[in-house]
Amino acid sequence: MLELKDLNVHYGAIHALKGISLTVQDGELVSLIGANGAGKTTTLHTISGLLTATSGEVLLDGQDLQKAPPHTIIRMGLAHVPEGRHVFASMTVEENLRMGAYIVKEQKQIAASLERVYGHFPRLKERRRQLAGTLSGGEQQMLATGRALMTDPKIVLMDEPSMGLSPILVKEIFSIIQTLHESGITILLVEQNAKMALAVSDRAYVLETGTIAMEGPASALAADDRVRKAYLGA
Amino acid sequence: MKKSETRTRYLVNFLAVVLLFAVSLVMSAASGDTLKLKIVPSIWQCCYLIIMAASLNLVLGFLGQLSLGHCGFMAVGAYTAALISLAFQRSGFYEEKSGPAFLLVLLLSTLAAGVLAALMGLLVGIPALRLKGDYLAIITLGFGMIIVNVINNLPFCGQQGLGQGSASSALYATGLGFSNDEKVQYLWVAVLTVILCMTAMLLFVRSKYGRSIRAIRDNEIAAATSGINVSYYKVLTFTISAFFAGITGALYACCNAALATTSFAFTNGSILNSVFIVVMVVVGGMGSMTGSVIAAVALFLLNYTIKNGAWVSALPAVLQNVFTYPMLVYSVALIIVILFRPRGIMGSREFALCDIPKWPGMVKAYFTSRFGKKEASRHA
Repeated sequence: MLELKDLNVHYGAIHALKGISLTVQDGELVSLIGANGAGKTTTLHTISGLLTATSGEVLLDGQDLQKAPPHTIIRMGLAHVPEGRHVFASMTVEENLRMGAYIVKEQKQIAASLERVYGHFPRLKERRRQLAGTLSGGEQQMLATGRALMTDPKIVLMDEPSMGLSPILVKEIFSIIQTLHESGITILLVEQNAKMALAVSDRAYVLETGTIAMEGPASALAADDRVRKAYLGA
Repeated sequence: MKKSETRTRYLVNFLAVVLLFAVSLVMSAASGDTLKLKIVPSIWQCCYLIIMAASLNLVLGFLGQLSLGHCGFMAVGAYTAALISLAFQRSGFYEEKSGPAFLLVLLLSTLAAGVLAALMGLLVGIPALRLKGDYLAIITLGFGMIIVNVINNLPFCGQQGLGQGSASSALYATGLGFSNDEKVQYLWVAVLTVILCMTAMLLFVRSKYGRSIRAIRDNEIAAATSGINVSYYKVLTFTISAFFAGITGALYACCNAALATTSFAFTNGSILNSVFIVVMVVVGGMGSMTGSVIAAVALFLLNYTIKNGAWVSALPAVLQNVFTYPMLVYSVALIIVILFRPRGIMGSREFALCDIPKWPGMVKAYFTSRFGKKEASRHA
């Protein structure tokens, strides 16, 4: 279980997160929606240690993640799919996935993880020898997601997986997210595409300029008038 | 790649290296004025330029960080090697520059040069590598300038060395400083150093460490979220790079009867200049060790022929005047390479002897892709 308690983050003088608290139960798919600059990516970066909070706690199964650097946090069973398809462009697809299993020492386990990821993303298996930089946008997103799954994480943080993808690919990515969720993976999803995010999630939080404005079951939020007006264009 | 093919490649490369070393041994035994006055000193210079370019490539090409103070580490290495060997010489450990005692001192001072430069690299790297891009470039540039001033003001680094005389920008006494005859005699030392350093660096970039630093270059956030300790690998690479620059300094100290800090200074107009080393890496290809070797030798030859070539005096006076500012020529060379091979001569590929049979096909493919298309579009 992932738990954020009263998290405050500053960028210099700017107060980016103003006391965020949220929880993600095991096996849940929770999404964090909100406009540009609301603090969604900041939240994820703080969880995975790329940023440090000024105050508050980040607990993964009761263990405090604050003050730990990103490379240790990964070892605690948390995986992060960064925003904007961060792949290792000069490496092949398979090398990228192997980098994802960087912290895994056993070759057998790596091979098993590779098979599992190729099972989720057959397209990646077809392109395993191709350089990651030459993949299409959707494939790069799949690769970044697959790479995060290589460590068999307890929880996956996904940052804007639909960013910059065509509508068909957005649908495909979301159906993959749903499959991952159904296979039992815990996911914290950050999305601007509120409609799609609410459609696949169990619960959701609405983030507005650094504070949580609303929270609840995804279906209830999707039916809420304010959410509909502000984020669903209705 | 099949296992047997890999083995063949290793065997071919190993034989080529042995052959290279044998040639240097033969040259050490040979005599002749051209050899002594021109060829061998040039090979010495090439040797330290090669290691300089390749070690900077670790930081610039493989780690993807711009460092502009590489010659500062070389200065540290050069002074360390010169002074340590001088201390041994003054204590009477060796008189003539021959025999096992001298070779031992040579080995010791070279290693010490590398280690001290690596320590400096560590000291600079820990704070500097928290910064990115331009800021790191500025810090390393600053280091290159500061180290020159520090050496200028250290009493034991000036004049007759080890406290004889006051602080100065020149050190006239060194325990290494080979004469032309000794350069011929010890040519194998330079070649062996290059072989060992290049092998070590190639092994490094091909190891798990090398893969990790390439991952950091490609994408720092993705590397961090894959569990790579980004700052550790950055500092490690920077330190290793400084180590080899220090070794280069020892070779430099062997080449020169006296050391002057101006030869490592940023404003220095010769081929040995931090920026010029960057040019070598870019021309050779960022991320290609063999590219750095090719570029270092090619740019050295360009520099040499501009300065010493008989053909220069046959040129019209205007061009000759241009050639008195070699930096102008280098920049034109750099522009030409960037125009036609934007990723450098080798890109991120490595030169391999076993690939030579494939070359005609590759050249053909290059020309058809470059010029064939034009013709097709003209017809259409």
